[in-house]
Amino acid sequence: MDDRLIEILEDIQPEVDFRNCTTLIDDHYLDSLSIISLVAELEDEYDITIPTVEIIPDNFNSAQALYAMVKRLMEES
Amino acid sequence: MFQISTYFSLAYLVLLGITVVLCAVLPKNFRRLTLLFFSWLFFFSVSGKLMIYLILTIATVFNTAIWLSNVQKEQDTAAKDLDRETKKLIKAKYQRKQRGILALCGGINIALLLMLKYSPFAATNINTLLRLMGASYQIRVPSFIIPIGISFYTLQAVAYLFDVYRKKIQADPNPIRFALFMSFFPQIMEGPICRYSDTAYELWNLERVRFENLILGGERIIFGFMKKMVVADRLNMFINEVFTHYFLYDGFVNALAMVCYTLQLYMDFSGTMDVVIGSAQIFGIKMPENFQRPFFSVTISEFWKRWHITLGTWFKDYIFYPVTMSKPMKHMTSKARKKLGNHYGPLIAGGVSLFCVWICNGIWHGAGWHYIFFGMYHFALILGGNMLEPLAIKTAARLKINRKSLPYRVMQMARTTVLVCLGELFFRAHGLRAGLVMFKKIFTEFSLATLMNGSLFTLGMDIFDYYIIIVSVIMIFVISLLQEKGINLRQSLQKKNLAVQFTAVYALIMFIVIFGAYGQGYIPVDPIYAGF
Repeated sequence: MDDRLIEILEDIQPEVDFRNCTTLIDDHYLDSLSIISLVAELEDEYDITIPTVEIIPDNFNSAQALYAMVKRLMEES
Repeated sequence: MFQISTYFSLAYLVLLGITVVLCAVLPKNFRRLTLLFFSWLFFFSVSGKLMIYLILTIATVFNTAIWLSNVQKEQDTAAKDLDRETKKLIKAKYQRKQRGILALCGGINIALLLMLKYSPFAATNINTLLRLMGASYQIRVPSFIIPIGISFYTLQAVAYLFDVYRKKIQADPNPIRFALFMSFFPQIMEGPICRYSDTAYELWNLERVRFENLILGGERIIFGFMKKMVVADRLNMFINEVFTHYFLYDGFVNALAMVCYTLQLYMDFSGTMDVVIGSAQIFGIKMPENFQRPFFSVTISEFWKRWHITLGTWFKDYIFYPVTMSKPMKHMTSKARKKLGNHYGPLIAGGVSLFCVWICNGIWHGAGWHYIFFGMYHFALILGGNMLEPLAIKTAARLKINRKSLPYRVMQMARTTVLVCLGELFFRAHGLRAGLVMFKKIFTEFSLATLMNGSLFTLGMDIFDYYIIIVSVIMIFVISLLQEKGINLRQSLQKKNLAVQFTAVYALIMFIVIFGAYGQGYIPVDPIYAGF
């Protein structure tokens, strides 16, 4: 797990156990506004473009899933 | 001629019955063709020669998707084994080409919808503007007959095109499969707005009709008939009377009409969805749900996640996120977040996108200023709710109120329902001015005189109509409450023996036959959303 990703997440939404939570979207820990912030931060941090098609619960429900998406997009670009 | 105008007609049930029987006996290849044939027959019986519009949309979108797919393949071949920088240049070049194709075909279909639905509204407004400017010249106001379901199937087609462009799905090489996805008759009139990945292959690989699906789907259809015929249609005469002659009635009658209309709209649309999804279930097709007990919502934002769900997700996927995720918006979010913090920072980009969504939502429902007002009303409520949320959390903490407690949540549900009803008042009113007068009357001319002297019961609904509606609404409320707790009544019923199952179904049918608002004294009411 990338520590920088956890830092970004904690900055956007404190008080959530991002290392263990796997229901970030399903249990409404990340709402539309948090997702808007998160996408902007991830793009800046990892120099990637997150297309709209990637904004699905499967990619945003856990830090692991998010990191997997980021890694995949880094490889693709 | 064979003609159908609504799902709540014998003709529809006969058509459904014939299709079901044929799909139960024919081999797979014939089942799909039968379904397409009857879907087109249904569309033709409703819209006649206007079917050309549907065929035009199917043909243009099908071919454009293949064109897009070919360009994507060309791009992959051209970028093969190149370094990263050259790949980026090639990608940019092909992206431009794809966007052009998308804009051309999406534009043609959206322009068609705009022309048929909104050009009379636009022309009327231009004429008003010309008059106000003192010009003697007036433009001709066009008049079009609109093919049924165009607002629904156009969005379905545009979503397919976008999904191919985004490489979320492959372009379908089979025109019959695509035509079936676009035309499936139970959903063509009022949705749900399906995604290609939801139903295209299920429809194509249509299974033989199973007894279990026949029963489950049939029960849901009957439940839909109950909502529509017992509640929605019974309310119709009262609502028509008050919304037409609102100036004759006091605030109480206007407020009651507002609540009744909200109830009618819910029963009408969700009842239609029960018939649609139930019909699809008989064929073994799982359609996306359009309603999830919206009146249990604690905020307006949540309400719109539970009401007309497929329209909401369409706007989210094809307007909200593309606008929010556009480069300038992302840039703004990053900057604003540093200055305004985590909550208010992204709210600027979110607000701009929400505005786009709600202006489109208002316009989608119809050509009229009151629809635009309806959209802006919900935009203001959702944005306002988001802006005030930190304050609400702080206030509740200071007052030691548990925001998750039942009384607090019930209060939130009541507040949301009142706000929704007020929005529906403008939605149904004969123009924005009438809506404002009705709204004002509720607060300035409130009196229970019509209830006390009994004249309320002469406005299209007598006291027995009210009793029937109250009993039906209590029944539907209890069923909704059980569903909210995760209990699926139809599946529970299926576990009982056949006698119990048939008694329950028979009782519901009898309830509709006895208490349904049809026959002498009632004018058949077309499903409301079919007109949008």
